[in-house]
Amino acid sequence: MTEPLVRIRGLGKSFGPTRVLEGVDLDVGRGEAVVVIGPSGSGKTTLLRCINVLETYDEGSIQVDGVEVGYDGPPGPGRRPRRDGELARIRADIGMVFQLFNLFPHLTALENVMLGLTRVRGMPKAEARARAEHWLARVGLSDRMSNLPGQLSGGQQQRVGIARAVAMEPKVLLLDEITSALDPELVGEVLSAVQQLARDGMTMVVVTHEMTFARDVGTRIVFMDAARVVAEGTPREILVEPRHERLRSFLARIEMKGH
Amino acid sequence: MIDFALRTLPFLWDGLLVTLHVSAVVLVVSLVLGVAAGVGFAYGPLWVRAPLRLCSDVLRGTPLLVLIFCVYYLLPFAGLNLQPFPAAVIALSAFKAAHVAEIARGAISSIAPGQSDAGKAIGLTFAQRLAWVVFPQALRRFLPPWVNSVTDTVKGSSLVSLVGIVDLMLAAQQVIGRTYEPLPVYVLAALMYFAINYALSVASRRLEARFAYIRE
Ligand SMILES: Nc1ncnc2c1ncn2[C@@H]1O[C@H](COP(=O)(O)OP(=O)(O)OP(=O)(O)O)[C@@H](O)[C@H]1O
Ligand SMILES: [Mg+2]
Repeated sequence: MTEPLVRIRGLGKSFGPTRVLEGVDLDVGRGEAVVVIGPSGSGKTTLLRCINVLETYDEGSIQVDGVEVGYDGPPGPGRRPRRDGELARIRADIGMVFQLFNLFPHLTALENVMLGLTRVRGMPKAEARARAEHWLARVGLSDRMSNLPGQLSGGQQQRVGIARAVAMEPKVLLLDEITSALDPELVGEVLSAVQQLARDGMTMVVVTHEMTFARDVGTRIVFMDAARVVAEGTPREILVEPRHERLRSFLARIEMKGH
Repeated sequence: MIDFALRTLPFLWDGLLVTLHVSAVVLVVSLVLGVAAGVGFAYGPLWVRAPLRLCSDVLRGTPLLVLIFCVYYLLPFAGLNLQPFPAAVIALSAFKAAHVAEIARGAISSIAPGQSDAGKAIGLTFAQRLAWVVFPQALRRFLPPWVNSVTDTVKGSSLVSLVGIVDLMLAAQQVIGRTYEPLPVYVLAALMYFAINYALSVASRRLEARFAYIRE
């Protein structure tokens, strides 16, 4: 078997006295779409934010393509947290789409996507513009490129967010509940954009409460509860034939809300 | 009256240039220092923020005139003998920088943390995030109070006359000393101060309109 693209071992993190991640192990292979589910407060967001070091982690290891992301070496005494410049280079290869979009409100849709291409990838303007236009077209926004985020619907904004992340051609894409701030009728357009990316072989880690989406897009599903990974398996093993007690009650609760 | 104005104008004009010179230097120095300190306030670790807080509070809590006298009359005891001009400019700049720092801190903290996260996520460095994400958005909040403080700078610069710098204020007093005609001279000087600040506020309204692009 080839090396996983993302390799997490013994990951631990606290916010003050609160233990948020405890002994988390996770592998994400190339082209895989790993879906993370679990109750509120179980640590899903924090796990994602550790992968691109928006949060620092205290214990364990996260490697992306063989590189420890948060520190200059493997776990052990004296490893040094990475500096801003090193982190910037690592993060450039890890895409993220946010729950609240986090588009740059002073830039048009096109400029939102171009910023990383010109400033981080060092692309000439014309090339960056062509690449940005390509990705905005892919998410169905050809006619909205010169709009500011404030002039777009939530679903359109989130699709700009997706284009901004994938235009960087990241090795892995992190998606944190990207439809939970959207009106129900706008969810579909965003999820189908993600589904298309998954079909094209984009490696991703997806946090979601949409179980149908988890089933359709996930090659593997991870269930987190109280800072730990409690169960892991194929969509069928986790969603259809759940064996773990806490997983079953979680799914039952979701089921009730959904119908 | 017009004749009188024409005779006194050259003296006042020289004073006006000094006032503009002092104001301009203070403006630039305080802007650079103040924005840097504001960034320190917003992003720095405690060992950066704590001394900044102390400096800022002391500077803002001290009357400007006292600051000018401190730099001019007290620093010589520390072995630092300054000419009136640099002494006054240092005092005014430090005072102004503390105010600019607070304005900058407020403007920067008004930007949602998600903006920095998004900048980090596409691989921008700290300096790039400031330049392309944070500052362009913070500018809108920064400009109105900053322009206010700029007009204060021009007015406050009149205090440099008290360490013997012949700015517009002192030039006016000198002219009055010779002509014993205080009213027209003060009116003329006041008009000049007004002209500067009016020009500034017109410029600022233009700027604000130019940067009112973010719709929330
Ligand atoms: N910045 C922070 N400071 C302190 N505690 C935090 C912080 N961020 C998260 N936490 C805590 O860490 C725990 C895990 O939070 P996290 O956001 O990762 O959960 P989640 O699984 O994403 O939940 P949700 O489904 O509600 O998004 C929670 O108890 C939360 O209160
Ligand atoms: Mg979350």
